[in-house]
Amino acid sequence: MSRILIIAEHDGQVLNISTAKCVSCAKAIGGEIDIAVFGNGIDAVAAEAAALDSVNKVIAVNAEHLETPLAANWAAETRNMASDYSHLLGPSTTFGKDLMPRVAALVGVNQVSDIMAVNGPSSFKRPIYAGNAIVDVETPADATAVATVRTASWKAAAGSGNAAIEQRAADSSPASHTRFVGMEVEGGERPDLQSAQRVVSGGRALGSEENFGIIYSLADKLGAGVGASRAAVDAGYCPNDMQVGQTGKIISPDLYMAFGISGAIQHVTGIKDAGTIVAVNKDPEAPIFEIADIGLAGDLFSIIPEFESLLG
Amino acid sequence: MKILVGIKRVVDYNVRVRVLPDGSGVDTDGVKMSVNPFDEIALEEALRIREAGDAEEVIVVSAGGDECQQQLRTGLAMGADRAIQIQTSESLQPLSLARAFLKVIEREEPGLVILGKQAIDDDNSQTAQMLAGLWDRPQATFASKLVLDGQTASVTREVDAGMETIEVDLPAVVSVDLRLNEPRFVKLPDIMKAKRKPLDVIPLEDLEVSVEGNINVGHHASPPQREKGIMVEDAAQLVQELKNRGLI
Repeated sequence: MSRILIIAEHDGQVLNISTAKCVSCAKAIGGEIDIAVFGNGIDAVAAEAAALDSVNKVIAVNAEHLETPLAANWAAETRNMASDYSHLLGPSTTFGKDLMPRVAALVGVNQVSDIMAVNGPSSFKRPIYAGNAIVDVETPADATAVATVRTASWKAAAGSGNAAIEQRAADSSPASHTRFVGMEVEGGERPDLQSAQRVVSGGRALGSEENFGIIYSLADKLGAGVGASRAAVDAGYCPNDMQVGQTGKIISPDLYMAFGISGAIQHVTGIKDAGTIVAVNKDPEAPIFEIADIGLAGDLFSIIPEFESLLG
Repeated sequence: MKILVGIKRVVDYNVRVRVLPDGSGVDTDGVKMSVNPFDEIALEEALRIREAGDAEEVIVVSAGGDECQQQLRTGLAMGADRAIQIQTSESLQPLSLARAFLKVIEREEPGLVILGKQAIDDDNSQTAQMLAGLWDRPQATFASKLVLDGQTASVTREVDAGMETIEVDLPAVVSVDLRLNEPRFVKLPDIMKAKRKPLDVIPLEDLEVSVEGNINVGHHASPPQREKGIMVEDAAQLVQELKNRGLI
């Protein structure tokens, strides 16, 4: 039977939804699922992890050097737990992408990146070439499988469980060569782009940082996260971390509304798993309409205010 | 200080790749091959560091058959001082590649290793992190800003929650994100000059790296396509349609 360890992603206070998505992937693999929560003062996060369905137990490791998720420290801690498990999973977010390959190297195995579906305990589907091809990959049967889970492909596991929480002392020593300096969070009060159920995005057609304000306004009305195309980011209308697409964030909200976005492949790659895609664009020939569930050809500067007023 | 930069030969980013009908792979027959775009950014950063006087030498390294010499020459034309080809007919997976890079590092003793955050063919995003792990040195992935200060580097990283800054002791491995810089264009005289720059070929066997534990890559399929939906006429119809679908 598989024994699966998921490394929890969190900010010290709240468990990231990516962890619940890893649990769904682990359920598809089948077996006993443990979650490791590393940090310093993480009782609340461990409790959230313990509430996820199908979790066997949560292992909470509190230590000063584990306070921020520096890969050098967290990978060493993970490696020292690895021998108890057949699978080590992390989310395919910047957190998991940073951490898990280092874990894999320390364990001495290759890593499977971005599991989008499970064929069997050691056989998975993953995207290559920016999602233009999907390959079946198989890890060596006798080796630990280390993998990241493509969050856009999995629903979050429900939170009605009640797993035991085991407190454990850290089994790694601090890596003095890497130091956390600080984190600058952009976006403020709006829902996180990666986990928002609704996302409103703007493209180059917005024309300026000031005009981009109508996107924020609509998003706030809908309780939505805000995204942008690479063209809008490169033009300086909004910050980098709002970029949706192959080189930005790959998201899967229930509702995605694209305003003034033409639909370059690189953007579409980031929204392919969205529930419903709405596109508003002046150009009726824009490629975004080829993949949109609901399209509206017209001027976003008149459509958005009207749409907003109709929402009541 | 020496800076080592990894370069991968990949299908050009403008090529729309197609899965072969028999599912054995993607069609790379006759398609344009280029330097992985993130690796160009890595090299650009290394060149700027050298030009600022903080490094003496920039070495580009690639692993593959002799065809990857083409991409190494591109790196030399951009301004790298010399090139190393780790010669192998196999397509190395990240762990083997990281092990091979580590052997080159032991020979060259660079102060900084800069790699692209991912290759745009297999999209693995692993080699830098694995190399740092095997080397037991710091890793600073997805860098959008790199500031050297003597024996340390301050690196700003593009993470999902915003911008994270970490400080690492050198030597370190940095993987670069899209917005770190804009790579320079190669000028014709530089291409000529690049032909005379040294390019060492080291057979993989000479590095005594064992290629094992590969992940088996099997059937390739095209991704499921989204179907074209409906067009509405105005905002009122859009609101109605979203209400009908229970989305607002």
